[in-house]
Amino acid sequence: MGMLDLTKYESLGAALRDALARWPDEVCLIEADREREKSRLTYRQFQEAAEPLAATLQDSGFAAGDRAAIIMTNQPKWLISAYAVFFSGGVVVPLDYKLSAAEHLQLLAHSKAQVLCVEYPLWRAITQSPSFQEHQLRKVLVTEAPPNADLASAQRWEDFHADRAPEFRPRLRIDMACIVYSSGTGGHPRGCVLTHENYLEQCGAVSPVFPFCPGSRYLSIIPTNHAIDFMGGFIMPFTGGGAVIHLRTLRPEFIREAFTRYKVTYMAVVPLILKNLQRGLKERFAALPAGKRRVLDLLIALNRACTKQQPRLGLSRILLKDIHKAFGGELRALLVGGAFTEPTLMEFFHDLGIPIYNGYGCTEACTAITLNDLKPFRPETVGRPVRGMEIRIITPDADGVGEVAVRSKTVMSGYLDEPELTAETLVDGWLMTGDLGRVNAEGHLQLFGRKKNMIVTAEGKNIYPEDIENTYEGIAVKEFCIFAANYVWPQRTMTGEQLLLVIRPEPGHVVDYALRAEISRRNGLLLNYKRISGYIVWDQDFPRNAAMKIRRAVLAEEIGKHLDRSAMVSL
Amino acid sequence: MKTIEQTTEEILTLAATHFKVPRAGLQASDDFYKKLGIDSLQALELLTRLENHFGVELPDYEVQGVSDFSTLASRIQSRL
Repeated sequence: MGMLDLTKYESLGAALRDALARWPDEVCLIEADREREKSRLTYRQFQEAAEPLAATLQDSGFAAGDRAAIIMTNQPKWLISAYAVFFSGGVVVPLDYKLSAAEHLQLLAHSKAQVLCVEYPLWRAITQSPSFQEHQLRKVLVTEAPPNADLASAQRWEDFHADRAPEFRPRLRIDMACIVYSSGTGGHPRGCVLTHENYLEQCGAVSPVFPFCPGSRYLSIIPTNHAIDFMGGFIMPFTGGGAVIHLRTLRPEFIREAFTRYKVTYMAVVPLILKNLQRGLKERFAALPAGKRRVLDLLIALNRACTKQQPRLGLSRILLKDIHKAFGGELRALLVGGAFTEPTLMEFFHDLGIPIYNGYGCTEACTAITLNDLKPFRPETVGRPVRGMEIRIITPDADGVGEVAVRSKTVMSGYLDEPELTAETLVDGWLMTGDLGRVNAEGHLQLFGRKKNMIVTAEGKNIYPEDIENTYEGIAVKEFCIFAANYVWPQRTMTGEQLLLVIRPEPGHVVDYALRAEISRRNGLLLNYKRISGYIVWDQDFPRNAAMKIRRAVLAEEIGKHLDRSAMVSL
Repeated sequence: MKTIEQTTEEILTLAATHFKVPRAGLQASDDFYKKLGIDSLQALELLTRLENHFGVELPDYEVQGVSDFSTLASRIQSRL
């Protein structure tokens, strides 16, 4: 039996329910911690775990359309909770477990979630947050709580028992399935409202490229709250009867071990993990005796020549046997996404015969917009539009480069409760991505930087400069603001993105040692990937609108005109 | 039982060895991302070295948001 035909389903809940019934005895989830395997569930056992949870939710008054947030690391209970919510007709709000407790509370309030499924250490942090008392949660289910833990008003996730079967609540394709925050917090959280149609269409478009069947295994590393893992590590494998492997630790050595132990078929990574894998391999190559190294280099060159037009996995596995063995020997695709990937990094893996697929996408489009087909390998592009995706380049310049706009049944219906942001982003049915690109003669998309004021880190995190400004509130200057350096000095590149602090000192003042030290101290309070790289001093008042908001585009243009990038002082 | 000073000292020595930098250049208050020029995955690699050395297990979330050696030392100390 092949993949489910998703065209006949109205909702994720209905599709997943059929999937569980279709492959009852196949393994769907494996949970490993370091070298131990913690649990293994079949589709039948998954259903047996989810149904009592769904009944508990329904007994607590959880109605169709109600929202339930999940804050968990990648693990089976994440997917079980999500299925119980979909089964009950609810909306899943996946939150990034790496956010702070204050940010979690802010997004819980913004999403109007009534239910929360959360891991114990994260719940403990939330209850200790000063704003905890104001939360509106009706039911909180805490996983893995120690026996004598004080859970405040919450209940244990593992404790639910139900004496009746839950009721399946059908939804329509146009109904909201998830609210996914594509970026942080700050003034305007971007909660992408994604419908059942968005997910069913996306899954239907991408599954033929990366087909799952019983026996396929996906190693889940990217956080499940991220659109990539939600699709690749939940909806796609489940609707195809595959298995998902969760690791309780993201240490690189255990990721490497998981490849061989579980003979992984697919894995999605962000560029940072790919770089780490590359470093590990390079160290191994460097440690080889000179003779062996020469043979390896020859084999790599031979493999490169043989796979120029398309991957030849069988051949590569023979030529570079040891390397492929280190990846488990059954890897069919390594997908890299979440952030721009340097062509040379991709080439490294392609030359080894590891089928590495890049693409381009965003949460607003429910993950993938384009995917590379490797026929031939074109690492300088991000591939062709996925099925059903239309791409338009808005006001292209002489080189054909302009803002990328996309239209598809996978595009979100808007940002939750942010009509202005939605109107800027969805224009006449087209999603304005804010990225600059060009479609080449072969129909492949190439990216050339961003039009919008934001950066994406190698970990796949979108950072909007406005969101970190409050960290610097109160520093001894007349005014300040933060920009993406490439927004001020546009560059035709997606790499090496940095954040820049613009300081307008008080009249007659300069940036002295004390101010520098204070900026460094504040910077240190931010998570490492949110930090600014440097500052510049600007000697004019910031342009502001009638509401006294900084006119950022005007200011960035002025700075770009009068100051060079070299004026940036590193921190 | 080790004192927090001993734990910190051992962490600094292991970090210096692992990332091949002079021990004298590292201090407890240093931001290890900045000082060692490492990314979050390399920080996790260091953590495994430390776990093996101290014979403890630290879940990844315990070091979430930690970027200086002294906080790292106190997290390890609390599990010794």
